[in-house]
Amino acid sequence: MRKTYKLYVGGAFPRSESGRSYVVTDAKGKFLANASQASRKDARDAVVAARKAFGGWHARTAYNRGQVLYRIAEVMEGRHQQFSSEVAASEGLSISKARAVVDESIDRWVWYAGWADKLAQVVGSSNPVAGPYFDFSLPEATGVVAVLAPQDSSLLGLTSVIAPAIVSGNTVVAVSSYERPLPAITLGEVMATSDVPGGVVNILTGSASEVGPWLASHMDVNAIDLCGIVDPEEATELEIAAADNLKRVRRPAEEDWSADQGLSRLTQYLELKTVWHPIGV
Amino acid sequence: MSRFEYAPAPESRAIVDIKSSYGLFINGQFTDATDGKPFKTISPASEEVLAEVSEAGPADVDKAVRAARKAFEKVWGPMSGKDRAKYLFRIARLIQERSRELAVLESLDNGKPIRESRDVDIPLVAAHFFYYAGWADKLEYAGVGDDPQPWGVAGQVIPWNFPMLMLAWKIAPALAAGNTVVLKPAETTPLTALAFAEICQQADLPPGVVNIVTGAGRTGQALVEHPDVDKVAFTGSTEVGRAIAKSVAGTHKAVTLELGGKAANIVFEDAPIDQTIEGIVNGIFFNQGHVCCAGSRLLVQESVYDEVLARLKRRMGTLRVGDPLDKNTDIGAINSAAQLAKIRELSQIGEDEGAERWSPECELPANGYWFPPTVFTGVSQAHRIAREEIFGPVLSVLTFRTPQEAVEKANNTPFGLSAGIWTDKGSRILWMANQLRAGVVWANTFNRFDPTSPFGGYKESGYGREGGRHGLEAYLAH
Repeated sequence: MRKTYKLYVGGAFPRSESGRSYVVTDAKGKFLANASQASRKDARDAVVAARKAFGGWHARTAYNRGQVLYRIAEVMEGRHQQFSSEVAASEGLSISKARAVVDESIDRWVWYAGWADKLAQVVGSSNPVAGPYFDFSLPEATGVVAVLAPQDSSLLGLTSVIAPAIVSGNTVVAVSSYERPLPAITLGEVMATSDVPGGVVNILTGSASEVGPWLASHMDVNAIDLCGIVDPEEATELEIAAADNLKRVRRPAEEDWSADQGLSRLTQYLELKTVWHPIGV
Repeated sequence: MSRFEYAPAPESRAIVDIKSSYGLFINGQFTDATDGKPFKTISPASEEVLAEVSEAGPADVDKAVRAARKAFEKVWGPMSGKDRAKYLFRIARLIQERSRELAVLESLDNGKPIRESRDVDIPLVAAHFFYYAGWADKLEYAGVGDDPQPWGVAGQVIPWNFPMLMLAWKIAPALAAGNTVVLKPAETTPLTALAFAEICQQADLPPGVVNIVTGAGRTGQALVEHPDVDKVAFTGSTEVGRAIAKSVAGTHKAVTLELGGKAANIVFEDAPIDQTIEGIVNGIFFNQGHVCCAGSRLLVQESVYDEVLARLKRRMGTLRVGDPLDKNTDIGAINSAAQLAKIRELSQIGEDEGAERWSPECELPANGYWFPPTVFTGVSQAHRIAREEIFGPVLSVLTFRTPQEAVEKANNTPFGLSAGIWTDKGSRILWMANQLRAGVVWANTFNRFDPTSPFGGYKESGYGREGGRHGLEAYLAH
């Protein structure tokens, strides 16, 4: 049975508001599906959903967010077969290599799941000020993060850019790989069935070049990851647009998605809050 | 209400030796600028010309960046952290030795009361160099991996409100991390930075490690846009910060921005009232309100509004405005004619939009730039004086009924630098601190700073932190 592929916005699966779709082929050019092609309006709807979800998600305990991320890994495991065949078709990998990529993607969710309740300890601090004050600093989510996901790595790359943003309490609007959107759509379906509140992760299929400028200039987006933009000039344009509300920008760079991820993607979307109070009796 | 009369208690200027003109500090030497017009720096309290200062043009900036690059590659980068630390400790000591001189010079050039430059600014400057000196040989413990690397040449642009303190915030962590720097002080307050250049000479700091280029926006732009600058650090207005973020787009440059604010200072009905009034005054009138984290929006719970306002006005009546070098002075001069004009304009808009303006009776000196401590009541969230950063001794008062409403009003701004909470209830403090979208939250205190404590904003107040381990992190590539 052929499946119908849709966007994932605010916990629901709308077709693009524009009614547009585009042809997705496998690595050899054979027809796979018609995917929805997200429009400017879809991007705006997704930002509204992400903003609405931010308060609740960000207020959850770290323990709970870690549980939800781990749940994503569990649910992905159950769809291993489907992810493997989509990754294999999209990226032109053998099924065994694709399986390994799916395993790595699941492991990555598990890795980030464990960070939820450790970030404050590793990144925060108690500050020994020279005065009678108790002074501590805690990390906190930046807000709504727009992610232009990697074009090459359809699942592992996508996982590696979404998980670190949401684990600390941010909400995400992600634009998937244009040519390889199927694993992203399936990941949206996983989100919908794995305790992730609607709106925390929104996945748009379509062109990052088309939707990116609307996200980069959107005044209710707090940070943007440009890693899916291949053309340096285009990335520069988006970075300039992002400056209007001083978005935190992650510039595109050569990345090895199978390498150890380090902390930078986690800390990129954190603010640090420092609280002072006098000490006395 | 009658006022106490104090005899004048001016600090002597004799300790400061201001030269009639200053060059740029490049590669360890004071040198003439090649392509800029010299400009004058004046005392805002008297409009007296203090000195003539060189304007660095693009060619001078280029020379400074080259000197910094060479020093980074040949000397400062390869040097062991242990040795870098010794230079920074030595600089901290020199600042302590010359602290009185620096305080007087700062008050002269900036207009801030000597009480603040002497007791707050300069001690904190020394403390920053001490704090970061100790990091120089411990970088692998800074939490950014076991082999953290400096970015290279840091281009730093600082504002006029805390000239020497902002210099310390920028230079101390940059040098500790192994970067070399080119720093541009503000055009109205270059003198203490030039005194710091002398301190670098006295510390035998290798030439090129610290370079100081004086000038205005054009000089800053040349520095920020210089292709051989690896790291840009800016403190100043959100408008300029935005322009910098645009100008570094598509480059490899790392950026930190400390920008404007419109902090809410929130007073609950159970607040310790005497401390709160002092905190409100300190929050907005410290440094003439020329503080990006100033508590410029006072949110008072309705039930205590009348009492808070009455006490606040009474306290404001005792503030002494006048000669910055007088040790009795609470509020000094506005830093420049341009800033005074901006404060006047926004205050006028406040009146025009229907808010009620009040200042204590207050005699202002005939010369110089002065603005009395001012409070606006009947302010709504839509008023420009409640939304825009005034950067002067002007307080807008709003009210609220519930903690939730206080949070909503406090967060209703594109800025997110700081906030204040006044209440006796500990659980409410922590709840509020949790809800507020601001980088620094002062509870039952305000405007506290310390080198170990990270400072910086959310949202349009910029990105990155200064101070503490996090401030060091901003100068390390990882």
